[in-house]
Amino acid sequence: MLYLYSFLFTGFVCMIAQVILDNTKLTPGHITTIFVVVGAFLDIFSIYDRIILYVGGGALVPITSFGHLLIHGALEGAQTYGIMGMLMGMFSLTASGICSAIIFSFYLSLIFEPKD
Amino acid sequence: MNKEKYIALTDKHKPKENTLKNAIIAFLAGGFMGTLGQLLIDVYTYFFDVPKTMASTFMIITLIFLGCLFTCLGFFDSLVHKLKCGLIIPITGFAHAMMSAALEYRKEGLVTGIGANMFKLAGSVIVFGVVSAYTFGLIRFIIYGG
Repeated sequence: MLYLYSFLFTGFVCMIAQVILDNTKLTPGHITTIFVVVGAFLDIFSIYDRIILYVGGGALVPITSFGHLLIHGALEGAQTYGIMGMLMGMFSLTASGICSAIIFSFYLSLIFEPKD
Repeated sequence: MNKEKYIALTDKHKPKENTLKNAIIAFLAGGFMGTLGQLLIDVYTYFFDVPKTMASTFMIITLIFLGCLFTCLGFFDSLVHKLKCGLIIPITGFAHAMMSAALEYRKEGLVTGIGANMFKLAGSVIVFGVVSAYTFGLIRFIIYGG
């Protein structure tokens, strides 16, 4: 059942993005940025947490989960160290994604030639 | 020829993009990516016997690696052209943006090329993500206390 929910949720998010892309003059860069902000916004009232509970892994695949993980890292730091801990814990959950993207793209760009 | 007439004339000959077809393609491609994510989480929890949070981190790393590799091999761009937002909105789009920037600026050198330009496209995601997470996190911290 989780597979069906994952399929429907991720497909729905991508479909909204495609409709925005087709009907406005925004570039894909604008749309990914908007979706990250939306993902962080939905976690003020822990809506995205509930979505992940029902949908499972499919909710972690779209870029909205990036905003969700950022805000949760910040809140975890805030609970341990007070208000300054938000700055310390901001990247604690997303560090794996950012670091792996940097490392893979650095080494692979040394190996491969750009194709046009 | 006045402007309105010109616009009306050019609109007639513009290639019409089928928005409904694009939306359905994006829905199917995105849904496939979501199912793949859930499948990878299940595979990792079953074979490596790790907790679910760790398995989801492995899943994200795997998708980023696949996005980078397929961009290097050269057929990710044509896939994005066909499937559009179905591949841009999942985390593979983030990997694709970084990888293509790194590949494109590689000939300008390691420091001034790759190092300075890697975040050219993906940087806005990180900047706005951090700013919005800080602002909304502050609101939530004040309302709920964490």
